Amino acid sequence: MIQVENLEKRFGRIHAVRSVSFSVQKGDVLGFLGPNGAGKSTSMRMITGFLPPSGGKVTIGGFDIEEQPEDAKRLFGYLPENAPLYPDMTVEAFLRFACAVKGLPADQQEQSVETAIATCHLEKVRHQLIDTLSKGYRHRTCFAQAILGDPPILILDEPTDGLDPNQKHEMRQLIKTMGQTKAIIVSTHILEEVEAICNRVIIIDRGQLVFNGTPAELLAKAPETGRVIVKASNADFPALEKALSALPSAHKVMLLGQQGAKLRLAVEPKHGADGLAAQVARKLCELKVEFEELHTDSGRLDEVFRNLTSSDNSTEASK
Amino acid sequence: MKQIWIIAKRELNSYFFSPVAYVFLVIFLLLMGFFTFMMGSFFGRGQANLLSFFTWHPWLYMFLVPSVGMRLWAEEQKQGTLELLFTMPLTMGQAILGKFLAGWIFLALGLLLTFPMILTVFYLGNPDGGPILTGYLGSLLLAGAYLAIASLTSACTRNQVISFITSLVICLLLVLVGFPPVTNLLLKWGAPNGLIDFAASLSVFFHFESMQRGVLDFRDLLYFASLIFFALFATGVVLKNRRS
Repeated sequence: MIQVENLEKRFGRIHAVRSVSFSVQKGDVLGFLGPNGAGKSTSMRMITGFLPPSGGKVTIGGFDIEEQPEDAKRLFGYLPENAPLYPDMTVEAFLRFACAVKGLPADQQEQSVETAIATCHLEKVRHQLIDTLSKGYRHRTCFAQAILGDPPILILDEPTDGLDPNQKHEMRQLIKTMGQTKAIIVSTHILEEVEAICNRVIIIDRGQLVFNGTPAELLAKAPETGRVIVKASNADFPALEKALSALPSAHKVMLLGQQGAKLRLAVEPKHGADGLAAQVARKLCELKVEFEELHTDSGRLDEVFRNLTSSDNSTEASK
Repeated sequence: MKQIWIIAKRELNSYFFSPVAYVFLVIFLLLMGFFTFMMGSFFGRGQANLLSFFTWHPWLYMFLVPSVGMRLWAEEQKQGTLELLFTMPLTMGQAILGKFLAGWIFLALGLLLTFPMILTVFYLGNPDGGPILTGYLGSLLLAGAYLAIASLTSACTRNQVISFITSLVICLLLVLVGFPPVTNLLLKWGAPNGLIDFAASLSVFFHFESMQRGVLDFRDLLYFASLIFFALFATGVVLKNRRS
């Protein structure tokens, strides 16, 4: 539904977006990640036709955003960063206005507005001036505007920004549900969000695409992924290390911490090997080592994110 | 056309939603009355026409019209709603025309509310209706021209004050360009007569003046129409360039 090919943006001497390409299909929720200032919002503004790209091409549902902007713009709902709204309108008046500009047929407008108000829980504030709304309500009003008329594509720039934890949870559920029937791009810098709602991830850093895949593939890049963590209470490390390193799937054993007779250690797997946790458990029983904890580390996204997006010296050193 | 009207309607609503519209209308009518009766010595002239009313319009509009037009685009840019507007299925031309139309309708309403002037002259004497009609038409066109300029300066900035001041200065120049201080200056610089005449012909003042007298010249209409068109077109160019 969305095709982005070699998208480029220069602001004078600043090269904000460099040759970014990706595509989003129906049923996809694409997480668009990157540190602040990486070019996420700039890319989204180009995809939605607000900023003209310096190079490359964006097609939405087969329509070129530059050549046939009106046809393309009819297909998506957009939630811009910071959820801009007209402060001198009421929530309902604003939604009616947005319906009209989007060109929804007159007999559907009423229904669209009601659905959007119900979906975003705006009933309480529907007659209230936008100027007097709290940040959460403002954000939801702008989101309501994006889903008016049930467009097949949603482009959401930081949709959970400014929401409280409950609202965040609800928004994520909503995006997840809508993702089954729509093509959605969600930009964020909150990593749990990606694990919670996205089935695809791209990461952009200083204007360049540095990752394009699934959240699982992203996690697999974490150095800790697949490690088996063991907390044993009556063992001495050298013997245990020797025994565990000999396991068929084990690569090496590291001591993470020691408190009296209690050990915390990590067994790293050989590349591509599996069944490590079971082997470790069997071995520990065999050796009659008592253990309180044994689990496979699933890796942490923020670790991968840091490795992928920053290359200054401090992180180089920590690798 | 429908899209233009949707934009215009929203804009008009937002004028009337805030106290701005009412303050503006009251001040507009007060100033019009004051200048016509006190400064223009309407009664002293003893003539049943509206010359002493229309003659102040180029000067009063200089302040009043930019105050209506300054928010058109500056506010959208400041609130970030420009991004919302231009990612909806709407052309830039529709948006510009819609907003311009809203401001113009609002100014027309102000002008309409000066109808007691007409009643007064008809009560006091037996005026010629023609010059009154062309005078009102000219005044509306003049307001449109100033408004288009205010739309242009509003597109250039997100600050309403800057927009107000610059459009005021441009309107002032547009009036003064036909007056001796400017023409004499050009003469002193040794500009050829043709150029001086051309500069003088750009002044809104003289195009409006003939209409006050009841002369409906096609050239005057063309002048105002092209001024509005040019300023609105430039608004589009500015809005496009500011985004890239």
